[in-house]
This record gives sequence, structure tokens and C-alpha cells, in this order.
Amino acid sequence: MQPTVEVLNERDYILNVGPQHPSTHGVLHLRIKIEGETILDVEPVLGYIHRSIEKMSEALTYRQFIQMTSRMDYLSAHMNNLACALAIENALQVEVPDKVKYIRTILCELTRLASHQLWWAANGLDLGAVTPFFLAFRDREAITDIFEEVCGSRLTMNYIVPGGLMEDVPEGFADKIKTYLDTFERTLSEYDQLLTGNEIFRGRNIGVGVLTKEEALAYGCTGPVARASGLSCDVRKWFPYEMYDKLSFEEIILTEGDSYARYKVRIAEMYQSIKILRQLLDGIPEGDFQAKVKKIIKLPAGEFYQRVETARGEFGVYIVSDGKSSSPYRIKFRSPGLSNLAALPFMTKGAKIGDLIAVMASLDLVIPDIDR
Amino acid sequence: MELKDNNPFPIAEPYPYGNFFLSHLDSIINWSRANSLWPLVFGTSCCAIEMMSAASAKYDWSRFGFEVARATPRQADLIIIAGTITNRMAPVLKRLYDQMPEPKYVIAMGACSISGGPFYYNTYSVIKGADHIIPVDIYVAGCPPRPEALLDAMIQLQNKIKRTKNF
Repeated sequence: MQPTVEVLNERDYILNVGPQHPSTHGVLHLRIKIEGETILDVEPVLGYIHRSIEKMSEALTYRQFIQMTSRMDYLSAHMNNLACALAIENALQVEVPDKVKYIRTILCELTRLASHQLWWAANGLDLGAVTPFFLAFRDREAITDIFEEVCGSRLTMNYIVPGGLMEDVPEGFADKIKTYLDTFERTLSEYDQLLTGNEIFRGRNIGVGVLTKEEALAYGCTGPVARASGLSCDVRKWFPYEMYDKLSFEEIILTEGDSYARYKVRIAEMYQSIKILRQLLDGIPEGDFQAKVKKIIKLPAGEFYQRVETARGEFGVYIVSDGKSSSPYRIKFRSPGLSNLAALPFMTKGAKIGDLIAVMASLDLVIPDIDR
Repeated sequence: MELKDNNPFPIAEPYPYGNFFLSHLDSIINWSRANSLWPLVFGTSCCAIEMMSAASAKYDWSRFGFEVARATPRQADLIIIAGTITNRMAPVLKRLYDQMPEPKYVIAMGACSISGGPFYYNTYSVIKGADHIIPVDIYVAGCPPRPEALLDAMIQLQNKIKRTKNF
């Protein structure tokens, strides 16, 4: 591999972080040009977990390729599956029953909660606090238990399929989530007590890794990263899917653009997710869990795009169909992590090496989602 | 000398008239090795999350002596391959394994590191099993395996270590 960062003078120094490093959340490799302890430039080197999912999908049928998306952004597995299912349903012009819409939205918001909890755990760990990890995983395990009861899997669900759901939800589904939300609402305040007001945590995050609105827009940042910079980009508000246009919730937008703002956006989003879930749980209608879709799906010829808001930002599925075969002609995924990572050099220019870890923790990267 | 099964201290036998005991050197070494396995933090994809779950309070792998997860291979003696190994990652994994001090053990966690798993067919970039790169002691099936399965694998590894002949 040819080095692409030029060493300008003898005082410059190239530091490699990763690919095996505990705070890169996977196998990301960063080439950092430093002078002393100040970062001059950061260059992410990608591809260490490139599994060729897009190419593989061309050999799988429309029902099969969805399971690959669970393994891309494994913390937003339900949302990724939903994006594919919606794209196929739009292409086939299938209208799913109301019950399916309710349950899909509930599962998506639960996934968002679980993902933000894991981000909070990792954020603490990266800054040297171990207690958040245990607190967050206590809450996260309860959600994975609910997922397990619903679809038999804790992490890679493949529960949302074209036309509806894999199977009906178990009895007491809504009650279990209600009980969970009551507990979690109490424990969520512990999150604030432990980290949000913590002097060390504030000192390491406030004013660090500032991303301006223009840079966020230019680099296609989405999700909490862009919203912390003042960019309104919530797909749930702008391009509502499933139940989101009938719900009342706020899009959290802050203008500081630093790591602390990204932290606050995600914490506030957890409260919003609880609010969304409470609106949905009482009114799950009776009905079928699937619309009628043929066993072997063939899409009409054309191009189809569907975006959803995952826990990390806008996830898009672009399907090209030739109209003849039962597998896609071309699949392209638009993953939020890649764009957010692209803005990392701007956030860390002039910062110290220690700040790089704090900034990366606030980006909430999932590397298999970036490399695919 | 065979150790008795009903011995309350499983690795050594107290001697009747004195402040010393008899044991196998193997038993002492294997006992200490098996109960202080330090895993390397090596998670490439989804299985890493289940590995974190196994470390969390609900499953708590520190009950079995695994809690000292190390970020550097030089301090670790167990590598849990949690996730897919791609062609690009393979040299890195090999180097990490080479950097670990002897004795070293490997657990292949999940379908990807056993055989490529869901990425077995039609892919150009995935290694079809981590045992093409480094020797593997224990395989854990699942995509991803449950934390209980990982704990079981670690206990199996301890049993394997306890059976080792060192001399």
C-alpha cells in the first residue's frame, strides 16, 4: 500500500492507530500526521472488514439479501431490514397492514434505544470510565431479551421481511415493553448523573471536535452528528415512513457542533424514543402480520431507493432491477457511518491525540457498516 | 502418582506429617494457566457485541477468570476471533498471533471465523475460516453465538488446558 500522507519535514510524524485498537470500535485504521501531540491531518484507511455484501446481494434473491443487511450495521439491524423491505414493498406497490406498521416502528425505536445505550457504554469506556459499560448493558440486555422473545435472535434479527413480519409477535409484547420503559425511564436519569454532569467528561468533550453546519452539509453527515451541528436531517420528519408521520416527537437540533453536543443529542433522542414508544404501545391494532406477497419476488424493471433513519443517520438502499430475475441487478447501500467518518479530519484538525479518541467515540461508528 | 478424586484441593495432595504437599508440576502449571486467561480485545464485527455482552453484568465472564481483557497482544494469552476475517485483515491477525507470548490459545467465535459463515459463497474478500490463518483451539457456532455459548467455550478451553502435558 502506497502511503498517501506526505511527510513534509523531519518534525512531522505519522502515527498509525489500528486496525486492531480498542477505541476504533472494530477494525478501522487511522493514519495520523502529528507534530508533537497536535494532529495535523487524519486519514482513515478503510477496507479491513470489507465483506463484499453489495456484490454478494446480486447473487441472492430479494428475500435472501435482507439478512446481509443485519450484519452491516448490526446495532440497527431492524432499521436496515426495514429499509430493504420498504424498498421492495414500494416497488411491488404492496400496502402492509396497520399492525405491521405499528410493530415495525416499535421495534425500530427499541433498536435505537439499544444502539444509543451501547454507544453510551462505549463512550464511557473510551474516555476511561468503566461503570457506564455495566449500567448501559444492564438496560440493553432487557431489550435484547424482548427481541429474542419476538424473533429468536438477539442481534441479527431478519424479522422484518417484504410484506410484513416473519411471524406474529408473542402475547404480552406491548406489556413487556411498557414495563421495560417504566424501568428505563428511571435508570436513564442515572446516565445523566454519571456522565452528563461529570466534570472530567465535560472537560474532555465541550469545545472538542467542532463540526460546523457547512462542513456537515458538505460531507453528507447525517444523524446525531449532523443534528448536533444544527442541520435538520431527520428522515423520520422529512420523509416519514411507517407510523412516523402520525406521531408527535421532536427532532433534537443543537448548534454547538462539538462532541458534547453530539452526546446531548443522543441522550435527548433516547427520551424521544421513549415518548414515541408510549404513543404506539396502547394502540396496536388487530390484524394480519403479513400482506400477500409472492414467495418468489420479482421487481418490475427500474430503480428503487428507500431511506430510513437508523441510530447513526440516514441509511439508504438503492435497488436496480432488470425486471426478469428474482435477484437484484445491482444493490447500493448508503451507510451513515462512512459520511460521518469522512468529516473526522475536520473535527480533529489542531486537536490533541487524546481528543481524537473522544471525538471518535462521539461519532458512534460501526465499521462493518462503513466497509460493508 | 494419581491424585484422589475426593481430594478437596484438586491440584495437590496434603502429606500426613508435615507442612508440605505433593503435586504434579503439570497440575500446578495448568491450574494457574487455566484460571487466569487474559483475552485480547479483538472484535471485527457483530460477534464483538456479544463478546461485550458476555463481559457485562448479566453474563459476567469474570466469574471464570477472563475479565482482564487486554488491548495489546503482548499481554494476552487468548485471542477470541469475534467476527469476519477478510483477506485484508488476515496478515494483521497473523501478526497479532505471532506477537502473543506462549502459551497462546485461540477461540473462533461465530460462523464467520469458523468457515466464512453467511459470507461463504459469492464473496471475493472473506477468508473461509480463521483456521486458514492461525490454529484454532475451540470453535463456537452461531451467528452470532449467545454469550452463554462463549462462556461455555471458555470453560471448554480451561478443561483443555488442564489436560495438557507440559513435560
